[in-house]
Amino acid sequence: MARALGAKGVKIAVVAGDDILGRLDEFDIGNDAIRPFVQSANVYFGAAPIADALNQGAQFVITGRCTDTGLVLGPMIHEFGWALNDWDRLAAGTIAGHTVECGAQCTGGNCQVDWQTIPNFADIGYPVIEAEPDGTFVVTKHPGTGGRVSVQSVKEQLLYELGDPRSYITPDCIADFTSIHLQPDGPDRVRFSGIHGHPATDSYKVSISYTAGFKAIGMLCYSWPDAYAKARKADEVLRQRLDRLGLHFDSIRSEFVGANACHGPLAGEPAPDIAEVALRVGVRGPDKADVERFTKELAPLALNGPPTVTGLGSGRPKVEEIVAYWPALIPKSSVQPVVSIVET
Amino acid sequence: MQLRELAHARSGDKGDTSNIGLIALKPEYYPLLVEHVTAARVKEHFRGICFGEVERFELPNLGALNFLLHESLDGGGTLSLKADAQGKTYSAALLRMEIDV
Repeated sequence: MARALGAKGVKIAVVAGDDILGRLDEFDIGNDAIRPFVQSANVYFGAAPIADALNQGAQFVITGRCTDTGLVLGPMIHEFGWALNDWDRLAAGTIAGHTVECGAQCTGGNCQVDWQTIPNFADIGYPVIEAEPDGTFVVTKHPGTGGRVSVQSVKEQLLYELGDPRSYITPDCIADFTSIHLQPDGPDRVRFSGIHGHPATDSYKVSISYTAGFKAIGMLCYSWPDAYAKARKADEVLRQRLDRLGLHFDSIRSEFVGANACHGPLAGEPAPDIAEVALRVGVRGPDKADVERFTKELAPLALNGPPTVTGLGSGRPKVEEIVAYWPALIPKSSVQPVVSIVET
Repeated sequence: MQLRELAHARSGDKGDTSNIGLIALKPEYYPLLVEHVTAARVKEHFRGICFGEVERFELPNLGALNFLLHESLDGGGTLSLKADAQGKTYSAALLRMEIDV
């Protein structure tokens, strides 16, 4: 593509070696039952191959499977010449990566604190990291953009998709989130310092995808009066029909959007005069024909069931093949990232 | 008192496990979260939603607790039939909790 655009002398690095689908039999993946259904198997590499590519003069790096945090840590290792066993600094770069890996989720997006006053979501600013060689850094955003960088917005993102905070494991290091010190540093600026890390483990994580049957999800919307009662009745009728048809599903799930689809029993009983409730029903199972048959049972409910229903404008729900995810660990010594440089 | 008066939160997923980060709105509220929002309390709060164990981790430096709610997302990822397959709204669900302070 660069050549087609007439770019001369551009150095582009490619990081490969992450695809181990052809070798998967060599490894214990902790789940032999999925082996016949595996579609892909890719090792998560970290920052090291990216730093390697940059050290070789690459201006662009195209990588296979790679951790989100490695995308941020790699350039820091390259720029500051950090050693690959400088665990505190590697942890700092990793935590910088975690902070920005969901884009504007650290600059005011999806932030609960005073969300009504967060300015200009439509032009929300994406995060910028101002990194120092000592491992401290500031998270900010460009002037004039929307959103808000605050200690609260940053804390929410630090806790997002976090496991054990003392042991955030990447291929590069183990970062300790309990060592992070945050300080406001002027408008839309938060300073990070004090970060500690520990030696990396001997394993790479592998992302394995496998086919796992079929699913379909449909919705019907019932209006006032008695919207919730109508939706529940429709669910009851639908289940009677599915049962009588002898269809086999691993799971049938009914939710009532507007009443309790998000918070389940915690939402309590909906108000008796609730304006509308959508019945959302999903099925999952190994047999595509059974899932197809389910999708034909929703439209008749509008004519043959409880009154004042709509929402079938877009036709039958579509049947999707499920491609599920299975993570495994393999020894680092068994695979090597391969960095190659192409010059246009 | 409802937890939303003391804390804010964010939630996400790892497979069939939901994580909820609970953050004190003021530093002086953090000890109250530690005392009242135990793993057992959270497990009880999410009955009918969380079918596995609840783990709790403390981050005093951030005035925050992190909870892992195992078996909470109908299998998680692409397997899940839930409208909220990633548990994105569980943060707010936790803030419904009533505590005596």
